[in-house]
Amino acid sequence: MLELYGTQLSSRLFLGTAQYPSPAVMADAVRAAGVDLVTVSLRRETAGGRTGGRFWELINELGVRVLPNTAGCHSVKEAVTTAHMARELFGTDWIKLEVIGHHDTLQPDVFGLVEAARILANDGFKVFPYTTEDLTVGERLLEAGCQVLMPWCAPIGSARGPVNPDALSAYRAHFPDIPLVVDAGLGRPSHAAAVMELGFDAVLLNTAVARAGDPVAMGSAFAEAVKAGRRGFLAGPLAPRDMAVPSTPVIGKAVFE
Amino acid sequence: MKLTINGEEHAVDARTLAALLDELDYDPSFLATALNGDVVPAGERAACGLSDGDRIEILAPMQGG
Repeated sequence: MLELYGTQLSSRLFLGTAQYPSPAVMADAVRAAGVDLVTVSLRRETAGGRTGGRFWELINELGVRVLPNTAGCHSVKEAVTTAHMARELFGTDWIKLEVIGHHDTLQPDVFGLVEAARILANDGFKVFPYTTEDLTVGERLLEAGCQVLMPWCAPIGSARGPVNPDALSAYRAHFPDIPLVVDAGLGRPSHAAAVMELGFDAVLLNTAVARAGDPVAMGSAFAEAVKAGRRGFLAGPLAPRDMAVPSTPVIGKAVFE
Repeated sequence: MKLTINGEEHAVDARTLAALLDELDYDPSFLATALNGDVVPAGERAACGLSDGDRIEILAPMQGG
């Protein structure tokens, strides 16, 4: 079973809660996918507003663990303060740490990310850093106190799937004992299966399910793909070969000449 | 007293953070609050005095990826 910061999770699929056609569809998709960890966020509430409370009640009814994020934060200070607000609001020291470097690519600012991760880890947070597949940055994040790494496989919301599978393979090989979660860029169930076959421990996605034609069915499809990919990895996939190798034995083949 | 609340200026009568939430008709059970960039836990809002020019952030849960 997957264990993150000493907590066991039954599903290796984590879902975001944004962009669904309605709160009811989101709840049905979470149930269909069988996930027990969802990401949430926090934003300014207008005076007299009750939308945040209604959303929170819905999440509580689902009975899932939450992973608050620092989405939209572009500086260390912003991310650290948002993390503290999230801990106060959601009552968890888990934080998906995002420090965004660019508006267009949403690529993480890895320098700010490491700095913020160190501050938060020292303050007792269990940090889940949204990072790139850069090995050195991964090492710095571990030194900063992270016990989980979450590299992207493509830009957030791009649905492109693993654009650099060799780098993801190298990442897995370089951090054999660290829980690794592919966060961002997955578009289809086959993408999720592909990264799970590489040996990643879990995947985190949102848009691919929320914006699908049928989010509930897509949540279920991703859940099956993640399980299939995991089982495939554990079963030991065959390495690619350069030349054809006959699958039917040639010994004993009749000769007609 | 003038305060900046969620980035907008407001003139209010409240003297504490708890009173401010009440004055502005917030449901305090689903909020996180900060005063001048520092988190104020829910249990400390009643004792959290406000001064002219303070910056208040009032955040609520929302959907996220």
